[in-house]
Order: sequence, then structure tokens, then C-alpha cells
Amino acid sequence: MSPHRTGPSLPRARGVLSAGVTGYLRDEGALPDPDAARNADPYGDDLQLALYVCYELHYRGFDGVRPELEWDPPLLAVRAAMEDRFLTALRHDAPVESSLDEVLDGLLVEPVRGTGVSWFLQDRGELRHLRAYAAQRSLYHLKEADPHAWVLPRLSGRAKAGMAAIEYDEFGGGRADRVHAQLFADLMTDLGLDTTYGRYLDEGCAPMLTLVNLMSLFGLHRRLRGALVGHFAAVEITSSPASRRLADAMKRTGAGPAAEFFYTEHVEADAVHEQVVRRDVIGGLLEDEPGLAADITFGITATSFVEDRLGDRLLTDWQA
Amino acid sequence: MPNTPEHPCRITLGDEGPLLVEGPVEVTCADGSVAVSDRFVVALCMCRRSRMYPWCDTSHRRRTKPGEGPRRSAD
Ligand code: FES
Ligand SMILES: [Fe+2]
Ligand SMILES: [Fe+2]
Repeated sequence: MSPHRTGPSLPRARGVLSAGVTGYLRDEGALPDPDAARNADPYGDDLQLALYVCYELHYRGFDGVRPELEWDPPLLAVRAAMEDRFLTALRHDAPVESSLDEVLDGLLVEPVRGTGVSWFLQDRGELRHLRAYAAQRSLYHLKEADPHAWVLPRLSGRAKAGMAAIEYDEFGGGRADRVHAQLFADLMTDLGLDTTYGRYLDEGCAPMLTLVNLMSLFGLHRRLRGALVGHFAAVEITSSPASRRLADAMKRTGAGPAAEFFYTEHVEADAVHEQVVRRDVIGGLLEDEPGLAADITFGITATSFVEDRLGDRLLTDWQA
Repeated sequence: MPNTPEHPCRITLGDEGPLLVEGPVEVTCADGSVAVSDRFVVALCMCRRSRMYPWCDTSHRRRTKPGEGPRRSAD
């Protein structure tokens, strides 16, 4: 084992699947039976944590886990069973019932008054809520835009150029201090949180794990490239108005300049990204592959479904 | 991208929303203030409702009252 840490620590298990996967990664036990995946709650703590751990091997890995296990066939077989359970549930719960244009139009109107998490934080959020929110979101934002980079080799022409340009912006336009993941770490510092990658994985609630797993699932499978693009579009389109509310929450609570800046930067950047993702990425992809319209739509409906579950969970916790 | 006769700055006009201009740009506003951005594309607010004028902040979007409009994420 290497003398220095090579990644975050493996998380505590939350059931048979996550116990089996983490034990196997420590070279300490057998993998879970794929049948356990077929019978698990597709959005539950156990399956989502086990899947998250499998996917993390493709990002930074874990301290003490052999890097070769990223492509270990028996582990990939268990992962495939969990992915199948998850994706089947998503296709059932986030069905494509309208055209892509209708679904996009639905995202492009803004309610005068909303009820989601960003509205709560804008109106009534205290620092403790903002800290809890940032700790959860850190599971994604400390690797912001990473899952979407996997789609680049699967795009061409206008879609590729547009996607790469947005990703370049997400990755700081060539400057390390402007990488959005770094801006989020700066926000966490303002809020008094630990910026170590993977630090809040044990605290990550199942809906947050589900959201990150959705991106990894769509990003890692070429056959789901349309869904990845739809997911990315949903994030970019809904980000600016929500980021404005969160920037206002950071300002009102005196969270600090970096905390406010992360969100004001996203108001401005995502107003641009939204335009480029619709015109060039979706427009270009549909020119190349018109058959992907339903998959792009699915990426959007699945994202809304998973985001809504996360929002409901956080609001339930805070209003209890 | 350099702004040359071979590669003129590309500007995109849509039906609604902002004017898209290839960056970097320096914008002088009516009050004489100057805004600078080196983003690959900037979105210039055309509706004048933006709180980040001259940049678009999506305030141009159509608003819906509760119970009106299509189902969407609550966030
Ligand atoms: S054009 Fe978008 S806010 Fe004015
Ligand atoms: Fe970003
Ligand atoms: Fe973005």
C-alpha cells in the first residue's frame, strides 16, 4: 500500500451491496450477488452508495484501493446489475411524454413564486441550511463538469465545439483559480466546511448520490450520450435563476465573498451556457443524429425527477 | 479568437433573449461605465431587465403564475 493517501477514504457501508463492494475493494471479501441489486430499492442508500463507489474509481479512486480494480470484470458485472436496476426505474419514473421542444419550453419559463430549495434558501435560509446544502452539493461540485467531459469523444462538429467551449469555461478558461470546482471549494471555505475531496461522502443523502450517479451513468455509457446532453442542458437552463436566489441567500446571511461569487458567476456563465447548449450542442447533435431526440428528452425528465427528489428531501429535513 | 477580416467576430441574434457575441469584449454602457469579459461568448442583455446589465441573467424569460404553465423542476 502506498505511504501517502491516493484519494478519499472508502465510505461506511449502508447495506449488503455497499458492504460487499467496499469489502471487495479492500481485498477483504466477496462481491455481493448481482441478485441483491435486482431486488434493491433503486434510489435507496445502499444501491446508490455502492454504485457511487464503483463510479468513483473512474474519477479519483479511493485511498488504499488498487487502481486496476477500475476495470475489474467481476466488479463491472455487479455494477451493470445495479445500473440496470437504476436505469429501468428512471425510465419508468421519468417517462418521455412530450416532445423535446415542449420539454425545453417548460424549462424556459420561470415561476413568479417557486417552492423549491433555492426559494427556501433565498427567503429563509440560515447559515446552517447553506452549510448543509453545500456539503451535500460538494459531492458533485468538487468534480463539477467532470462527468460531462466523457461525452466529448462521442460528439462531432457543432455539438463537439459547443460542448468543449462550455467545458473550457467550466474548467476556468485555462486558469486554475477559476475552475468552477475550485470556486466551489472557495465557497466551502467561506462556509467553514472542509474542502477535501470526498470528505462529505458519508453524509451524502441517497437523493444526492442518485444525482451524481445519474451524471456518471450517462457520461460513462456512449449509448446514453443523448441523455447526457439532455441532462447537461437541463442543468444549464435552470441554473441562472436558481443561482441568483442562492447568491442572494449567501449575501443576506453574510456567508462571504467567495460563497456569493460562486453563484453570481453561475448566473452570468450559465445564461451563456444555456444558449450554447440549446443552439449548438442539442442543435448540432440532432443534425448529426436525429434519432436521439427522445434520449435527450429523457435526460431532461430524469434530471428533473432526481433534482425534485433531492429538493423534497432537503426541505423535509429542514422543515421537520 | 482574434478579430480579423478572415475571422470576423461572430454575433448571433435570436428571436428573444440576449445578443450572443464572441469574447473577449469590452462594453461601454449608456452611463459611461465599462464592462469587460473574456468569456468565449458573452450574452448581452437586450431586454434591459437584467440585474447584471449589460450581461444577460435570464430575466428575459416568460414568467408563470402558480398553477399556470408546464410542469417543471421546482428549483
Ligand atoms: S436578454 Fe436576458 S436578461 Fe435581458
Ligand atoms: Fe459551472
Ligand atoms: Fe455552466
